[in-house]
Amino acid sequence: MTDTAIYTPQDTDFVPAPAEFKNTADSEAVTGSRNDMRKRFFAQKSAVAGLVILVILVLLAIIGPYISGHSYDDQVLERSNLAPRVPGLASIGILDGSETLYKTDGEIKVNRYEELGITDEYYIFGTDSLGRDMFARAFMGLRISLLIAFAATAINLIIGMNYGIISGYFGGMTDIIMQRVIDVIGSIPTLVVVTLLMLVLQPGMGSIILALMLSGWIEMSRIARAEVMKVKELEYVQAARTLGAAHRHIIFREIMPNITGKLVTQIMLSIPAAVFLEAFLSFVGIGMPAGSCSLGTMLTDGFSNVLLHLYKLLPAAFIMILLMIGCHLAAQGLKKAAE
Amino acid sequence: MGRYLRRRILISVAILFVILLVLFLLMQLMPGSPFNDAKLTAEQVASLKESYGLDQPVIVQFFRYIGNMLRGDFGVSYSIAPNTPITTLLVTRFPVTLRIGFMSLVFGTLAGVVLGLVTAFFRSKVVKVIFNFMVLLGIAVPSYLFAIFLSWTLGYKWNLFPLLYDFRSPTYSSIMPVMAMSFSVMAVIGQFTRSEAEDVMKSDYVLLARCAGMKSSTIMVKYILRNSLIPVVTVMAGLLVSLLTGSLVIEKMFAVPGIGGLLTTAISSNDYSVVIALSFVYSALYIIVMLLLDIVYCIVDPRIRLGGKPE
Repeated sequence: MTDTAIYTPQDTDFVPAPAEFKNTADSEAVTGSRNDMRKRFFAQKSAVAGLVILVILVLLAIIGPYISGHSYDDQVLERSNLAPRVPGLASIGILDGSETLYKTDGEIKVNRYEELGITDEYYIFGTDSLGRDMFARAFMGLRISLLIAFAATAINLIIGMNYGIISGYFGGMTDIIMQRVIDVIGSIPTLVVVTLLMLVLQPGMGSIILALMLSGWIEMSRIARAEVMKVKELEYVQAARTLGAAHRHIIFREIMPNITGKLVTQIMLSIPAAVFLEAFLSFVGIGMPAGSCSLGTMLTDGFSNVLLHLYKLLPAAFIMILLMIGCHLAAQGLKKAAE
Repeated sequence: MGRYLRRRILISVAILFVILLVLFLLMQLMPGSPFNDAKLTAEQVASLKESYGLDQPVIVQFFRYIGNMLRGDFGVSYSIAPNTPITTLLVTRFPVTLRIGFMSLVFGTLAGVVLGLVTAFFRSKVVKVIFNFMVLLGIAVPSYLFAIFLSWTLGYKWNLFPLLYDFRSPTYSSIMPVMAMSFSVMAVIGQFTRSEAEDVMKSDYVLLARCAGMKSSTIMVKYILRNSLIPVVTVMAGLLVSLLTGSLVIEKMFAVPGIGGLLTTAISSNDYSVVIALSFVYSALYIIVMLLLDIVYCIVDPRIRLGGKPE
């Protein structure tokens, strides 16, 4: 034993690396893994299908309100409750604007387009009880709901990601305290938080975004923290630390690129969750104010007429389901591609 | 295990206290007053405030409030049913919500586990495609849309089930609400069970058991079933949240006389004391169920018992 030369560390072993060393760490491996991830994502049929659905929906949210030839908030009272009428299909008797009404003395089939003498007009999704074009409204509603969801998710991402990264990266007492705070806040049911918040604030887009934010950032921070804890023990982070990189460099250049996969998946999941919650709030009566247009208010209006005019519910319902399916498929694809 | 449980219970109590504090502060912040009646004179308002104890300092109100809440005395309703103790309002409604929620959780979990296991065991492509489609629908279709679909088809077109809750036949008329609420539970649990079961089936110990010539029914019960069901307990906590939220809309839709409906009414009529009491009940329910789930998890998974930490 005594023969073994024991190496005594010297001060010169621990000098910080010269500046040009620091940048060698953003290696090709990072961009390489991103390219791989993209390839693996597009190799999955269901993920691509989800992405296509989402792209179409976003495009429709942008141009949809303008392509039907009717405005989304023009009220034409005599044209209220028109059933859907689609050009082309109308001439062969499908979706020609007629609907069957159930009365106490039996069923009658009416076509309000013919009664009003507007057989050259087409409302693809029909009109609502104030004569507004449902097609333009449905996509306007989608636009508002998506805006709410995007805004809430962006704020969630900023708060949750920073909180999670700080908590996970620094660990120790910082982590313990930050996690106890999360334990307490996270244990208050979302339902209760949102309900109370909407009571205190005026109903509207801002308060909905705030409510969504209060409930959404926790999950984001949990994921960010878990990922940071996994990544920070890996060799390349240790290497960067040994080379004397600053915390900021390690967090943003070494850790961040390697946890984006999981975070993007969580973004994909929190967008439908936000749309979901917006619709829920409208349904309970504390969402967007009456008269405004969002998927939630469209669904609520549609539901109140569901037994009489089923067509009023269907556009918003289908758009919502498609949005959910698109986000879910894309999220699944991202998850698989990131693993 | 004792140490873990003691810590876990302590955290739960702390959370409950924080919730009480938040509820109380929010109540102070809320706009409007239950005595917003123009016909009331200033003296009448003052005497009303005195009789409800609202003239005391905030701190006194807070501690009195905590004491009352913990004793199950939630105060009286201001405007829905003036002067009726909220406890009276809850006594009849709470069991209804609890029963429907419990039925949905149990039914959804059972159906999900069975579906997940069946899909994991049968390698048939058709079964997998059908299962994936169902899971996708279960996750993508919000429970209220599914509820509308059910009540339109089963209730309205085919007249199989009553459209609204009927207290004379509570079981029969809660079939549709339970179906609507358990659909997403079934999808999530099913997907989870399936992937867990597939992982376990690929594991070395199952292969070893098979090589050792164990009966496949024994392997199924002793190895696959037990090991794939343990993680299912963890997802149930998340599902509980969506059940709580879902119950609010479902109860409104099917006119179920539960606390969800009471909460919506209380919100729209500014009856703060009822809103606060219900928020407390919902939070307490949630915390208790989370605690129970942790304890169950602790019992079924020995690693926690030994390690003392759930992660």
